[in-house]
Amino acid sequence: MSKRRVVVTGLGHVSPVGNDVSSGWANLLAGKSGITTITRFDASDIACQVAGEVKGFDITQYISAKDARRMDVFIHYGIAAALQAVADSGLDDVPGLDKTRVGVNIGSGIGGLPLIEETGVARHEGGIRKIGPFFIPGSLINMVAGHVSILKGYQGPSYGIVSACTTGAHCIGDAARVIQYGDADVMVAGGAEGTISSLAVGGFAAMKALSTRNDDPATASRPWDKGRDGFVMGEGAGVLVLEEYEHAVKRGAKIYAELVGFGMSSDAHHITAPSAEGPARGVLNALRDARLNPEDVQYVNAHGTSTPLGDANETNALKIAFGDHAKKLVVNSTKSMTGHLLGGAGGVEAIYSILAVHNQVSPPTINLHDQDIEGGCDLDYCANTARDMKIDVAISNSFGFGGTNGTLVFKRV
Amino acid sequence: MENIEARVKKIVAEQLGVNEAEVKIDSSFVDDLGADSLDTVELVMALEEEFECEIPDEEAEKITTVQQAVDYVTAHLNK
Repeated sequence: MSKRRVVVTGLGHVSPVGNDVSSGWANLLAGKSGITTITRFDASDIACQVAGEVKGFDITQYISAKDARRMDVFIHYGIAAALQAVADSGLDDVPGLDKTRVGVNIGSGIGGLPLIEETGVARHEGGIRKIGPFFIPGSLINMVAGHVSILKGYQGPSYGIVSACTTGAHCIGDAARVIQYGDADVMVAGGAEGTISSLAVGGFAAMKALSTRNDDPATASRPWDKGRDGFVMGEGAGVLVLEEYEHAVKRGAKIYAELVGFGMSSDAHHITAPSAEGPARGVLNALRDARLNPEDVQYVNAHGTSTPLGDANETNALKIAFGDHAKKLVVNSTKSMTGHLLGGAGGVEAIYSILAVHNQVSPPTINLHDQDIEGGCDLDYCANTARDMKIDVAISNSFGFGGTNGTLVFKRV
Repeated sequence: MENIEARVKKIVAEQLGVNEAEVKIDSSFVDDLGADSLDTVELVMALEEEFECEIPDEEAEKITTVQQAVDYVTAHLNK
């Protein structure tokens, strides 16, 4: 039996560069950074004081204030992105949609850390009785999927995969397989994160993983530049509507791209330090799944976090996976503008990869003025200016702590 | 007394996401105002906060209407 085909029919997104897909995409193409000094809490005693915060977001456009109060912010972002994606797909207008065949897989890397932090303080100061009844359901990672299934009445699979910064990519890839396997016809899939809090920023800062370019936030995330000094945390969510091809065609859905491949691998090496072989294997697994050759790919939405080690390592991984063709790829990091959305990264970057294919353009990698060629970063990273180009196939890479890798392959339809 | 009733109604309206006008003295949190089991727990916590008191679980379980909440608070504050 041939594999059921999976296409993308809806996009939804809340990110540091925009609270909907069209404004976010326009800002990316214009090379606008979403990174600012942290306003969410007083970060003055943390080495890193910059982040990609979501700005001007109003959850009550999506759910009631009463419900919103009972969830941590990553759930807000996930719900908003999911509802945008569903609205974009037109699924609500499908008469007789079999909702038992529609599922949700939206994960988060960390989940409700700000609420956990807040509740920890309340408990410490006021005792056990200050722990509210919505603490647990407000911080559980699978609750984005839970709420979306309840809000939309979707009765298929509902879950969220957790794999640090590969979360979003794993959720989307696994959701596609649910459709391929026949367990659902439509999956709402992606990743969400909302952890601009002292515990989370302080935690990553303790690992010395974050940029300390506090005096110039918009230039703090600078993948493959010699001046890069760590990643910048972002927040938000990216969610796709994935749909079985015939199901989409039958209802006349707008199709952005086909999700033709998904690959996973593990470094089996170190909890935080990357290896080149692991990601390379993930890319090759994805291409094999897509039945494509390395030469078929034009655009890579890189993991590209702006860490000294990671950026050079990913470049090496791409050379292993693509051989000589690596030099012909456009390798782009949208994290130069959004920062690193952790569990949400794979979600928003899948969207950017799909839009790159759909619109035949690569966003720029901003702040790349002194490319670290000596450090091994010698590919074409689409520095500083967006580029119109022919893109038949785009891949999106995500790598997470624990040495977990995921690659998605999107093809022009 | 009226003051307590008004304060209780305000908290009930806020916690349960309903209009204050909908909150009557004989309203049942679950039957009339759409509360679920978690809502009622949170509501009691909000009452404790507002009136700076501690409502034991066995007492909290008996507070199912606005009147019962007003009565409890009144009795407690009079002690």
